[in-house]
Amino acid sequence: MATIGAVPIDLARGRGGGGPAPTRIVVAYGFWIFILSDMVMFSALFAAYAVLSGNTAGGPTGAELFDLRNVFIETMCLLLSSYTAGLGALSAERRQPGRFLIFAGLTFVLGAAFLFIEITEFAGMVRQGAGPSRSAFLSAFFTLVGTHGAHVAMGLLWLIYLVAQVIVKGLRPAVLRRLLCFSLFWHALDIVWVGVFTLVYLMGVQ
Amino acid sequence: MLGKLSWSVIPWNEPLPLLSGGVVVIVILAVLALVTIKGWWPYLWREWLTSVDHKRIGVMYVLLGLVMLLRGFADAIMMRTQQAIAVGDAQGYLPPEHYDQIFSAHGTIMIFFVAMPLVIGLMNFAVPLQLGVRDVAFPVLNSVSFWLTATGALLVNLSLVIGNFSRASWWGYPPLSGLEFSPDVGVDYYLWSLQISGIGTLLTGVNFVTTILKLRAPGMTYFRMPVFCWTALATNLLIVATFPILTATFVMLLLDRYLGMHFFTNDAGGNQMMYVNLFWAWGHPEVYILILPAFGIFSEVAATFSGKGLFSYRSMVLATLGICVLSLMVWLHHFFTMGAGADVNAVFGIMSTIIAVPTGVKVFNWLFTIFRGRVVFRTPALYLVGFMVTFVIGGLTGVLLAVPPVDFVLHNSAFLVAHFHNVIIGGVVFGVFAGYNYWFPKAFGFTLDERLGKAGFWCWLIGFYLAFMPLYGLGLMGMTRRLQHIAEPSWQPLLLVAEAGAIVIFVGVLCQIAQLYVSIRTRESRRDLTGDPWDGRTLEWATSSPPPAYNFAVLPRVETIDAFSEVKRRGLGRVEVTYEAIHMPRNSPTGFVTAFFAVVTGFALIWHIWWIVILGLLAAAVTILVFGWSDEREREIPAAEVAQMERARPGLGRAA
Amino acid sequence: MDRDDLPFYADRTPGVEEHEPTANVLSYTVGFALAVLATIASFVVAETDLLWPPGIAVGLVVLAIAQIGVHLVFFLHLGSGPESTNNILALTFGVLIVFLVIAGSLWIIANLDANMMPMPVH
Repeated sequence: MATIGAVPIDLARGRGGGGPAPTRIVVAYGFWIFILSDMVMFSALFAAYAVLSGNTAGGPTGAELFDLRNVFIETMCLLLSSYTAGLGALSAERRQPGRFLIFAGLTFVLGAAFLFIEITEFAGMVRQGAGPSRSAFLSAFFTLVGTHGAHVAMGLLWLIYLVAQVIVKGLRPAVLRRLLCFSLFWHALDIVWVGVFTLVYLMGVQ
Repeated sequence: MLGKLSWSVIPWNEPLPLLSGGVVVIVILAVLALVTIKGWWPYLWREWLTSVDHKRIGVMYVLLGLVMLLRGFADAIMMRTQQAIAVGDAQGYLPPEHYDQIFSAHGTIMIFFVAMPLVIGLMNFAVPLQLGVRDVAFPVLNSVSFWLTATGALLVNLSLVIGNFSRASWWGYPPLSGLEFSPDVGVDYYLWSLQISGIGTLLTGVNFVTTILKLRAPGMTYFRMPVFCWTALATNLLIVATFPILTATFVMLLLDRYLGMHFFTNDAGGNQMMYVNLFWAWGHPEVYILILPAFGIFSEVAATFSGKGLFSYRSMVLATLGICVLSLMVWLHHFFTMGAGADVNAVFGIMSTIIAVPTGVKVFNWLFTIFRGRVVFRTPALYLVGFMVTFVIGGLTGVLLAVPPVDFVLHNSAFLVAHFHNVIIGGVVFGVFAGYNYWFPKAFGFTLDERLGKAGFWCWLIGFYLAFMPLYGLGLMGMTRRLQHIAEPSWQPLLLVAEAGAIVIFVGVLCQIAQLYVSIRTRESRRDLTGDPWDGRTLEWATSSPPPAYNFAVLPRVETIDAFSEVKRRGLGRVEVTYEAIHMPRNSPTGFVTAFFAVVTGFALIWHIWWIVILGLLAAAVTILVFGWSDEREREIPAAEVAQMERARPGLGRAA
Repeated sequence: MDRDDLPFYADRTPGVEEHEPTANVLSYTVGFALAVLATIASFVVAETDLLWPPGIAVGLVVLAIAQIGVHLVFFLHLGSGPESTNNILALTFGVLIVFLVIAGSLWIIANLDANMMPMPVH
């Protein structure tokens, strides 16, 4: 059967002529594109926050509500969890399941601490009458920061699921690909948080 | 217990929706009954519903789009008729609260559930074949994308019988779309169906960007890809870049409606203009998402039916990328009159004019492709010529509207309605029809009837001009869009001409339905035995019609643009190869199951049935967990079976 | 299980071997340290008079961009080699969109708000 392939040719390396990429590259790139789309969604929420941050409708402002000490602790927790996630990724790549599990556990604890502080902050604000339905500023604040928090929560659930896969199936290539995606996700969330703590909290108290 | 649901939400007292909804329900039940009686469920489940094959998914997308075209077109005929008769003292037959739902549904359905599925379907079918690979990067996600889109379509159509649809147009501007002025479920139907299908579309974007950039046949460098793949790349980059904006915007409106937040309310500091701004930041790139695949189809058709390569491939690629980037920088022209001032309007007006330049480059390239070619006027080529004339007119009126002072007169007038239908019908719809006629033989193994195809084309072309040219005049005379009643009697003659145009288009639609029916009945006389009915230039024509599940037994080695033309030029005939086993993705029910729970959850969200929402979300989570655990997603086609299928194939293109 | 190297739909033809830029403990540690410094600096800038007050916003933005860069390079291993080109192009595209959405919205809404009639007090 004729195939258009029997002619020997040079496989135009570079300029993308090398044929289909390995699965790992394909999956990682696809997830990177998805992360970028998520960044665009956050940017729309950031834009809404930026536009509405002055619309406090006679209610409380950021300067009155934000406790920067808590924000600093949250930030350090998330940043440290990115570090432990990175070390966990290295352990996984080096086929060291024990060390991976330790770093995964640390990542989880730090992420959970972040969420705990954030939820406490939200609850406190609601108790003070500064909930999301008080003003446009607060709607935008809760939605932007809350969406980030929801992503963190999803990430923690995903991490549990992946830890279960590592325990049951071991560090096989499919599991490693999924861990790679989780790492991308987790680091991207820390990048978004840099934007949040800078633009919402630190600028908010000026 | 059942939220806002009650028996009274069915429109017992409104004959029109009751009747039309009733008919649709009966037709659907009849189809389901027929499938059951004939015992087709196992076949449908195995071969279509759980298929992750891009060719099958593409066909299902196109089918969805064509069926929804009938619904959207029915809305159009209803509006045209109302406007033709409700002049002066006459009140017509559609009260305002219905008319408003109809124009809202018409726009929503045509953009999201006709145009998008049609272009995505054609990209699904053709892109992997043109790239010389076996499937897209993430086949199961592809299936999920399709089924989530179908979910959105189903939800919109449910609003016909259960409750009502939005009256806030296909944009859904607050405060009209907010809780205060639209307390009923209409806007919720709109928001949830679009959010759900939007997830599907975003996943398609991720899938195709990855496929085009990371999965191509060996030797196919970027500048050896078919132009349709370049336009598909630009389209999907735009999808990835802009659909999340729509998602965020709808989330904010939903939070206002469901949790009493104040993004877009009149009180507590809401800013409705921010909705308009963000909506169009998505909305303008969206129309380029629709038109770029059509441009790609026309590039393929122009080259193939002129018997020569596309003129100036490089400038075509650059123009495509230029349009992709520029389309992100013009969105304010949709709200020049909202009051941002001269400086802002001038910048966006100039950007909007500039974006016409790369499109002009493309038009000249198509012209120079046809020039001195051996042109074969089959149906796709007719659509090409019709497109070039019609789209240019529409583009010219667009450039006119891009001038802010002109737009101040013509914003939201019938002139605008004429403009965008001009470019969408002349561009997107004609492009899809051309692609449908062009690739149909590849998908099904026989060509479509030519005479009925041409008849359909002429009816659409003449009908379009009759239906929409009067609207340019009416807009200049002061008629605004979305009028349920016409106070100015002097407008009626032109409205009657427009109604005639709608009827001619209706005849065109009948021709196309007849074309499909007749083609199926007489298919044996039009079998495509070579796989290459048009003397094609790109790799999809190197496969059999229809292609085997794996597309290519051995991935082609590509050396040039128009790789298949090159093969034929060199006179490559049969070559013996040793076949290896091929691994293909297994079917998966993930897409269908996810969509099922999406329908349930979406419906429950619309009607505020919270316990079902929770159960539906849990079910979706379980589906994800089940899918996410498995590693065994491939099946092997043994080498012997591959060899058998390849040897059974009649011939290789025109070279055999 | 070497089939996992190739997508199920590719032949076993020689593909370009793509190597990721070196990920090791050092890079993560350096990145973490730099990010901690940038974070502390941000908080100091925001809460003290170290920077001339009108310049605080600019300083914060610069520090944030720097920290994001640290994340991209040290945690996400975005390098300058040919295998990273597609990733960097995608990132550039993403940055363009983010800039257009945020800066565009701010500019447009500011102009719109400036032209609004004064609101009655309510």
